[in-house]
Amino acid sequence: MNFETPDFLPVVPELFVLGMACLILVVDLFLSDRSRVVTYLMSQATLVGALVVTLGLSSPIAQVTMNGTFVLDPMATLLKSVVYIASFVAFLYAKDYLRARSLFKGEFFLLGLFAVLGMMVLISAHSMLTVYLGLELMSLSLYAMVALQRNSATASEAAMKYFILGAMASAMLLYGMSMLYGATGTLDLGELGARVQGAGPSSLVLVFGLVFLIVGIAFKLGAVPFHMWVPDVYHGAPTAVTLFVSSAPKLAAFAMLMRLLVDGLPGLHGHWQDMLILLAVLSVALGNVLAIAQANIKRLLAYSGISHVGFLLMGVLAGTPEGYAAGMYYAIAYVIMTLGGFGMVILMSRAGFEADRLEDYKGLNERSPWFALMMLILMFSMAGVPPFLGFWAKLAVLEAVVSIDLIWVAVVAVVFSVIGAFYYLRVVKYMYFDKPEDEHSLVAGSDLRFLLSANGLAVLGLGIFPGSLLALCASAIG
Amino acid sequence: MVALSDYLTVGAILFGLSMAGIFVNRKNVIILLMCIELMLLAVNINFIAFSYYLSDTAGQIFVFFILTVAAAEAAIGLAILVVLFRNRGTINVDELGTLKG
Repeated sequence: MNFETPDFLPVVPELFVLGMACLILVVDLFLSDRSRVVTYLMSQATLVGALVVTLGLSSPIAQVTMNGTFVLDPMATLLKSVVYIASFVAFLYAKDYLRARSLFKGEFFLLGLFAVLGMMVLISAHSMLTVYLGLELMSLSLYAMVALQRNSATASEAAMKYFILGAMASAMLLYGMSMLYGATGTLDLGELGARVQGAGPSSLVLVFGLVFLIVGIAFKLGAVPFHMWVPDVYHGAPTAVTLFVSSAPKLAAFAMLMRLLVDGLPGLHGHWQDMLILLAVLSVALGNVLAIAQANIKRLLAYSGISHVGFLLMGVLAGTPEGYAAGMYYAIAYVIMTLGGFGMVILMSRAGFEADRLEDYKGLNERSPWFALMMLILMFSMAGVPPFLGFWAKLAVLEAVVSIDLIWVAVVAVVFSVIGAFYYLRVVKYMYFDKPEDEHSLVAGSDLRFLLSANGLAVLGLGIFPGSLLALCASAIG
Repeated sequence: MVALSDYLTVGAILFGLSMAGIFVNRKNVIILLMCIELMLLAVNINFIAFSYYLSDTAGQIFVFFILTVAAAEAAIGLAILVVLFRNRGTINVDELGTLKG
């Protein structure tokens, strides 16, 4: 038996992030609390470096390495790049928030980097084993991040709920994988796809495994009826952690959906399409209706996130390249919007004040017209009002479902997003037409203000020129 | 000769028991952690049985990874449990209901 040395070149970004995370772990030990900013700067430099390396290695052809467990294709390059950028933005937004609450420790950034590493492995997975390992590396880091605020009862409760439900979802996913392995005898996703075609779509074991697989994926995405952890975790965790949990991991979960269902099980498309329709319709309906009842903006954004996941699934369930590109476009658009939304919550908060009630946004226009305008752009975009980014994302997924004659799904989605517009517009009404209850001026640093403005303007700019990002997604799907 | 289906039945029963344990148990968070471990072990039985009957070692290698990750998972779960107990003074599942809506 001879051992063939795998080609390490496609794995260089992962190795780089791993090496830097280990280095920062050691450096952080020798830093005093006053020089903790070094950890922060090194983490940001790691993300920038990883972006450079990933873009440098990008190629239009898919390269499979590590004995078929790892793939580098255009989709992986694009999703990884967005993960780095989203994490960079999340770390920057988080810095001042963490400092004001004496949470500015190396752990936040290190766990963040390890979660990013997990997402990278998950995005590039080409075997069920790598899917599982990437997923767990990401999830375990996120559980610990949610519990970072050790003296907070709500944060630890949120972490416990997240842990129990997340671990259960992983176990479900594994059970599904064991069934697929038993039916086909392979863990490799490419090989799995070929053997499923051979076995025919009627194999009972395959469908049984698929059901468990979808339950696991739906849990990680936060789709109804497996959404119960989302509002509690978003609400209970410190806002800086919520920001991170709600952004980049959604891209990784989208990648998991693509890898397992589209790469691994294209032969069962008829079966998983029905299941995804159910998840998508329930998510859009329940997410939008329950968001109306929320008085806490973090919970509101959580339910709005659930409804966005429903839209994302609509793109994927279409089963066409255009549909996958639309789903990816939606995922990226959602990440940009959610970063802005939770960034606003961080901007409004200060030491001892979380700004998480909707009333806290009353009269924002009188306190800061510029950021009221940014929040207006974000809310309109999430509601799907043209010409903002969210509108084009919704339009793309709706086109995808209409193109496969599932018009009723599109109609349901449109009806519920009109219902959903109510709670976004209520925030706008509070900002512009109510008297401020809180007269403090905003205390955020200039870097946060600048990036948040850029974030808001990006939502506007990408809405006015929607073609480039959509074309990028379409070329990544190939 | 023990048939493949016997192993799968044991795996399914263990998996079902642990699922039931998670939903029925209203007393103690530690029991939830035990149920999660049991779920992973049920999956391991499946993988090993398939791996043996398919004469393919990949499934057994997967089991090593699952066992390792399960250990890390238990460590994080217990750490969160300790934080929770410090803040709440209880690990009763029924009292984990302050976040609602």
